[in-house]
This record gives sequence, C-alpha cells and structure tokens, in this order.
Amino acid sequence: MIKKRAMILVSNDPESIRLGANEIIQHLSEALVTYGLQDEVDVTTVSDTGHSNILPLVVVYPEATVYGPVKPSDVRYLVEEHLYKGRIVEDLLAPPKMLTGQIGWLRGHKGYNPAEQRIVLERAGRIDPDNIEEYIASNGYEALGKVLSELTPENVIDIVEKSGLQGRGGAGFPAGRKWKFVRAAQGRKKYIVCNADESEPGTFKDRIVLEGDPHLIIESMAIAAYAIGADEGYIYIRGEYGLAYRRLEKAILQAREFGFLGENIFGTGFNFNIHVHAGAGAYVCGEETALLESLEGKRGEPRSRPPYPVTKGLWNKPTSVNNVETLANIPAIIRNGAEWYRSIGTPSSPGTKVYTIMGNVNFSGVIEVPMGVTLREVINIYAKGMKPGSSLKLAQTGGSSGSIIPAVLQDTPMDFESFRKAGVSLGSGALLICDQHTCILDLVKVLLQFFRFESCGKCTPCRIGTQRSYEIVERISQGQGKLEELDTLLDLATEMERASNCGLGQTATVPIRDMLKHFRTEVETHIRSGSCPTGVCEMTKEAEKV
Amino acid sequence: MTVPKIDRDVASVVQAAIEKNGKGPDGLIPILSEINHEFGYIPGEAFREIRKHLHDPSRQMYIAESQLYTLASFYDMLSTKPRGRHVIKFCENAPCHVVGGKAVWDGLREKLGLANGETTPDFKWTLVTTSCLGLCSVGPVVLIDDDMYGNVTPEQISDILERYE
Repeated sequence: MIKKRAMILVSNDPESIRLGANEIIQHLSEALVTYGLQDEVDVTTVSDTGHSNILPLVVVYPEATVYGPVKPSDVRYLVEEHLYKGRIVEDLLAPPKMLTGQIGWLRGHKGYNPAEQRIVLERAGRIDPDNIEEYIASNGYEALGKVLSELTPENVIDIVEKSGLQGRGGAGFPAGRKWKFVRAAQGRKKYIVCNADESEPGTFKDRIVLEGDPHLIIESMAIAAYAIGADEGYIYIRGEYGLAYRRLEKAILQAREFGFLGENIFGTGFNFNIHVHAGAGAYVCGEETALLESLEGKRGEPRSRPPYPVTKGLWNKPTSVNNVETLANIPAIIRNGAEWYRSIGTPSSPGTKVYTIMGNVNFSGVIEVPMGVTLREVINIYAKGMKPGSSLKLAQTGGSSGSIIPAVLQDTPMDFESFRKAGVSLGSGALLICDQHTCILDLVKVLLQFFRFESCGKCTPCRIGTQRSYEIVERISQGQGKLEELDTLLDLATEMERASNCGLGQTATVPIRDMLKHFRTEVETHIRSGSCPTGVCEMTKEAEKV
Repeated sequence: MTVPKIDRDVASVVQAAIEKNGKGPDGLIPILSEINHEFGYIPGEAFREIRKHLHDPSRQMYIAESQLYTLASFYDMLSTKPRGRHVIKFCENAPCHVVGGKAVWDGLREKLGLANGETTPDFKWTLVTTSCLGLCSVGPVVLIDDDMYGNVTPEQISDILERYE
C-alpha cells in the first residue's frame, strides 16, 4: 500500500466554482503528475467553509495550511513550493484574521476567531460531501445504528424532548413534542418532510448543510421516521438550490447502496425511503402547509388550520415537517445524550444556532455559536467589527419578517426566550447589520416590496395589506406622505396580524411596527421637511409642510 | 419583434419530462420546471400535451389546462411568456440592497435599456428581479442563466454581459 503523505482540500461551493475551483483541481492533478507526487498526495473537495471573502480555498493537510483566495494560475507554483520543496507559500496564505470556525480552530493560532461550537456544521467544509465513506468515518450513521438497535421510538422522542431542541425554522416549536403528536396521530401511513425551502432573505444556513453534509439530513430523517412511525420522507428543496439538489440525490443513492435507506435497514425490519422534490420559486412555500400543497402539485397557498399537519399533512396523512437545521441536530443529540445538549446554550434555549452574517461588517458568512450570544458579541468578535467608517445603526434579525433592532438593544442575549421578552424575533438566524448610511424608510420599503411580491394572494388582508402598506411607505419616501398615514399603517398592521391566514401576512407588519417604534422621528422628518436625513430617498417634490 | 421559433418538438420534451417525474400529482411542478428549462418558458402546446398524457379519471387524476396554467403563473421560476436566450435575475432583497444593490440594478437597466420583466427586441436578454437566492454573504448578487455573480459593482456589468453570445 502506498502511504499518502498529504491531502489537499479544494472548496467547491458555487462561488468557488465560479472563481475557478474546477480549474484549480485540474491544475493540481497535472502539477502533481509533473512533480511525480500523484501517488503521495490526494486531492479532494469540500463544500462551503463559511469564508466567502477568501474563496476559493485550498487547504493542505497534515499542516492544515490554508491558502486563499487561490487562482488556477497559482497552482503549479503552490505544488512546487509546498509539496515538492516543502516550503509554505506565504504570499498565498489566507489572512489569519479572515479564518473562522473549524479551520481557525484547527490552526489554533492567536488572532483567529474564537472557536465556534459546531454541531450542525460539524462536517460541512471538512468532508467531501459526495463521498459517503467520509461521512461514515466521522461518526456518520452511528446514531441511526444506535436508534434502530437499542432504542424504541418512544425512547428517541423522549431523548429529543429532554434535550429541549426547538425548531430552527423560526417559530421555535419543541421538536420532540411535534414528533410525539405525529406518533400519537391516527393512521398507519405517516410522513417525515424536511423543509429545505430556505427562502428567507439573508438566510443560507441550510444551503451550507445541504451542500456540505447531505448525509447528515438523510440520517436525521431516518431517525425521525423511526420515531414517528413513517416509512417515507420528502425533502422539499427550493428550486434555486441546484447544487444542493444534485448532492442530495447522489447521497441518497449512496445511502441506498450502503443499506442506510431502503428495505430492512440494518436487518431490523425498518423500511425508509426519501424523495427529493425541487420547488419552483415561491417564498410562501416555506410555510409548512403551503409546502405540503406544493408537494401535492398545487399552487403553494397555505391551508387553513386546524387541522395541523401533525394530524392531516401530506396527502391528508399525519406529517412532521422539520427544518434542515432542526434535523441536523438530531444525530449528535442521540450520540451524546440530552444532558450534553442541555449543557450548551441557555436553559430555555439549549444548543447552538447557526447565524448568517451580512451587511456593513468586515466578515460576512456563516457561524455556529451557542444560543444566548449577544448581537454585540457577534458584530465585534465574529463579524470582525463594522466596516471602516461605519457605525451600527440597526440590525435586522431573522430575515424579512424579522425584527429591526436599534443599536441600543444590541446587548440582548440571542435566544428564543430573551428575544420573546424583548419583543424581538430570532427568526431564521439571518443577521443583517446596517450602518448609519442606511435609511430606515428605504429599508422598510424594500422589505414591503418583497412581501407584496411574495404574498400568495389567497387571503385579502395579506394581498391588499402588503400592497397598501408599500404604497404609503413609497409615498413617504418620495416626500409626499402625510402624518396621519402613519396611523393608517398601524391600523393596516393590526388588521393583517389579526386576519391573515398564515405567517407571511401576520409578520409582514413587524418591520413597519419596529420602524415606528424605534425610528419614528426619522420617518416623520421625511414627511415634515420633505427630506431624507441620510440622503438615500429620492424626493420627487417638495413636501407640503404639515 | 418576433418571437423565436421553437426548434424542438414540444410533444417529445413533455413525454420525456413525464417519464422522468412520474404520472402522479407530485410530478406536475417538476414536469413544468423541466419544460421551462428546455424552452425558457412553457409554450401553450405543452399544457395541452401534459393534459393529454396525465388526465385520467380511472386513476383519479383530473387535470385541466387552466390548472396547469395556474401553476405556471404562480411559481416565479416558471414563465408563460417567451424569454430571452439569457435571463438576468437581480436580487432585490434587503441584504443585497444595503450593500449597494440599487446602483447595480440601475446600471443593468441602463446598459440593457430594459425595465423589470422586459426582453430585448433581439431576444438576447430578459431582465427580471428575483427574491433572495441564498448567496447573501457576497451581495449584490446577479444570476445570469445558471451563473452566479457575487460582490457585483456597476463597473463590472459591461464585462459580465460581454461573456454571453
């Protein structure tokens, strides 16, 4: 057997591929042959490591030297210097300060980001997502084996309930309780559905898991199916996530070959199969009943509830719909126990949360940290602070329907309980950080444009409410608003919250309320003086003085 | 402005899409997506073909053309009108907006002489806005066909467009 002495990882997420990752891999194989190293060095791919600013990355093990961004034309020199002559190429090293998470931790140098705690993203960016053996080698399918051979479905639900895991899609519903409802529901045929229709603006945490660690979702769904008594599962993935779709399909084929999916899994008599279903572009399909409608081949219009999916879901059968991130926590909980999970995060919100950071900060990308970290910590430590010349004006948490938090609230711990108390929503974990050049009215106008476009149109309060709210905000942003229209906005918000059929219409009002709660003066200035304090809004005519 | 002729046989594309995705109701949206991918939009003939194959009361499958049309008009990735050879999708959501998205959008409109949803007379380009594509850490984001462009600045627009025939 030839002993390998080095391993090269090349990032192959969409951004890296666009910037030449495939050419890098090709140049690497050629260069290795040129220097006669092809038998000693392995080249493999990893998915998004959360380092968007320095892609494509090339990581050379065993030293865990991180190069990035690397151009295809750098490759030959890199092979000659590092692998042939054994000298690290200083010029191509990724700036240490840009490295976070797993790679930062591996390097273990001062000046790197503080270690994150990675459960959901434990493997994403470290293993080849197209190779099931790499997943198995890092404890993959161990939890499924344990569940099928040692635990009853009730035991599994009990462990998940005790762990305190809450749904990570935004609402924070206890995952164990949902499974309990489905297990207890009448009927022999049941379904597990993975909600991978991640379309909340600013959210791409699930994409990182699906692209980087697809087997994790397969294993989690198999465990969930065993717990609730299902033999069939669907992954509903948004149509825009082509790469993740292809990786899932491949992973499912491999899992079948290895006997982790199909008939009589591990010889225990448990049968389970998964279908991947791609959406076709509709934000509202992230709402679980709209998702089920869409799976059934209809327009993605939310159903009236009750009945809830736990009793009447897909094809009217009891169904558990779980978010990707929620499911991704399950195998680790099974392997390490509920107590271990509870030791992370806060007592009311155990575990970690994956956040996507973006906006006017130095580092944008994805991090996984224990629940309860504050916004200030995220900005100053993980996001490397505001961009030069920028100061924090506001942050929006959890996507379009998330809360707009003014700078003064940045010390609130980010967990479900504390946020609920502060009247703030944690949502999907998107953190959009905005500086003093952001106009609140302009931002809310963009958010309302999103809602009026994405409203499915089934119920009137949402269809008309989002449209009218947008028109009012647009008028104000053009210097043509009236003060009393602010009351109209709040009246509309109340009606939409009370009467809308689903979460889209009920929460489209959050940005409006937060704008008037925290930034009323700035909005009134648009009306009173006909000018935009930040100079962002283009005024079409002199406002009438009120 | 003349709509480019479809040079492939709609019936055979429909048949292939049905064979791949099955005859059940859950296959409808994937079938439409595939036809859309093939032609850039869903020609009216395709609705008739799908109904011909799938409407089958003996299987409890009741399919009307209007029902297929209502699906095609609901989902944003499907189009019922012919589009240009290349479709430019610009993300108009907040994360891209706060890092300079508007200037890129203005640049695209100016360069192409198009408003949102319009197609150039030579059917080379269609320009549309889209909701979040999940690539927010590299905003502003522009998607041309299947190619993603991140951290786009107005100055890069000409260079990017020149790559397409």
